[in-house]
Amino acid sequence: MARSIKKGPYVFHKLLTKVEKSKESNRKTVIKTWSRASMIVPVMVGETIAVHNGKTFIPVFVTENMVGHKLGEFSPTRNFKGHSGNRKK
Amino acid sequence: MARIAGVDLPKNKRGIIGLTYIYGIGRSRASKILEESGIDENIKVVDWTDDHVRAITAIITGELKVEGELRSEVQLNIKRLMDIGCYRGIRHRKGLPLRGQRTRTNARTRKGKRKTVANKKKATK
Repeated sequence: MARSIKKGPYVFHKLLTKVEKSKESNRKTVIKTWSRASMIVPVMVGETIAVHNGKTFIPVFVTENMVGHKLGEFSPTRNFKGHSGNRKK
Repeated sequence: MARIAGVDLPKNKRGIIGLTYIYGIGRSRASKILEESGIDENIKVVDWTDDHVRAITAIITGELKVEGELRSEVQLNIKRLMDIGCYRGIRHRKGLPLRGQRTRTNARTRKGKRKTVANKKKATK
């Protein structure tokens, strides 16, 4: 079921303060986060956010098209490289 | 002969069914269109008068996105997902199901015909 509109999008509050801080300081910093469930909101556009995938942080450069998606969608948790001996010529 | 939105409708079907041959119109939309234009659902497509056809065409071209326009919109949405590199976009690229279905078995609609992988040779003693 979709989240109620009354509550607004879910964004981890610490992440939001960090984003705002880096917006103010105008410096390109990568924000690390574990909060994969956070919605991408318009303030994040232009920031680079490193999203944890359970093992490493994957840097995600947020563009306008991504607004409304969740951070976790851009940081795949599985990394399937193909079966052994399945090499293409 | 009814030709709406660039599609020839089947002659011998009831109006509500005939309209569903247009991409983007299903049963519920077809029934809404016919209700709005005041045509009985059960009238066959051959028996529509020119006025009926005109009324239906007006509603479809005025309010709905059908056929080519709708197809291109869907393609654009898919392209957007692929371009931003989100999970669903990656699944589209790989031709796998997007919504968490199992892929160990089934998922043939997305994956297409089975491609059998040759058995690994058994080690000889």
